[in-house]
Amino acid sequence: MPVTTIDNRPVHVNDEGFLTEPAEWDEALGTALAAEIGIELGDEHWRAIRFLRDDYASHGETPTLRRVTVAGGIPTKDLFRLFPQKPAKKMAYVAGLPKPHGCV
Amino acid sequence: MTTTDTAPAIVPSFDTPGSAARKLAIICSKGSLDMAYPGLILANAALGEGVETHMFFTFWGFDIINKKTMADLRFTPLGNTATHMPQGLGGIPGVTHLATSKLKKSIADLDVPEVPEFLEQIVASGGHLWACRMSADMNHLTEQDLYDEVEGIISASDFIEKTEGAQLLFI
Repeated sequence: MPVTTIDNRPVHVNDEGFLTEPAEWDEALGTALAAEIGIELGDEHWRAIRFLRDDYASHGETPTLRRVTVAGGIPTKDLFRLFPQKPAKKMAYVAGLPKPHGCV
Repeated sequence: MTTTDTAPAIVPSFDTPGSAARKLAIICSKGSLDMAYPGLILANAALGEGVETHMFFTFWGFDIINKKTMADLRFTPLGNTATHMPQGLGGIPGVTHLATSKLKKSIADLDVPEVPEFLEQIVASGGHLWACRMSADMNHLTEQDLYDEVEGIISASDFIEKTEGAQLLFI
């Protein structure tokens, strides 16, 4: 697995750039990852990112968009506004988690 | 300083040029539970990938957006060899009901929503729903009979026009 430098520190990523070691992540890195894809994180973004981190920690997999809406209580429309075009993947990237596997 | 430090960061390319222009048209012509889901799942997946998605409901597919039937789509093993059940069983009263409940349960177990909620999610994700003019006329249905988020009852040619350049799925 490649190592890349983000926020002036080395992090392990897969070929696409998704973090492979969720433990290397902290909120400062999240801010830097978001900046890499052109997103400046506000409170609403953080609510989603923190849900992803907590849900991953308790369930062992990245929540799908539907799960962020149903279990995380953040409307789908808002997720598309906050993380345009590909919200599920962008959120997973910023949260330092693998892409979600679920179909829905 | 090593080369790793100066190399550009590896970052996923979420907004690859051209992907914004990708468009998908899904024509839903069947109203059974097992034929409704493929269209809904693919539409939802495409929207999650930033693809502009249009769904056109026609013929039996109207059941998916008809307020009276949308929450009550059924699945029958009759004539479906993929259930691997003796075909005679499918005709026995109650078997369709049983098969429908079983399929609905399997779908719910995967956290996949029921049809009305799924349509809601598709619309919230920016999807467009269109109803077929001829199907509406044949069944004497108006916009009032259809799911509120259906954008309009349009002719087949209107749909073709709206989906110029789109990739197309007929289900």
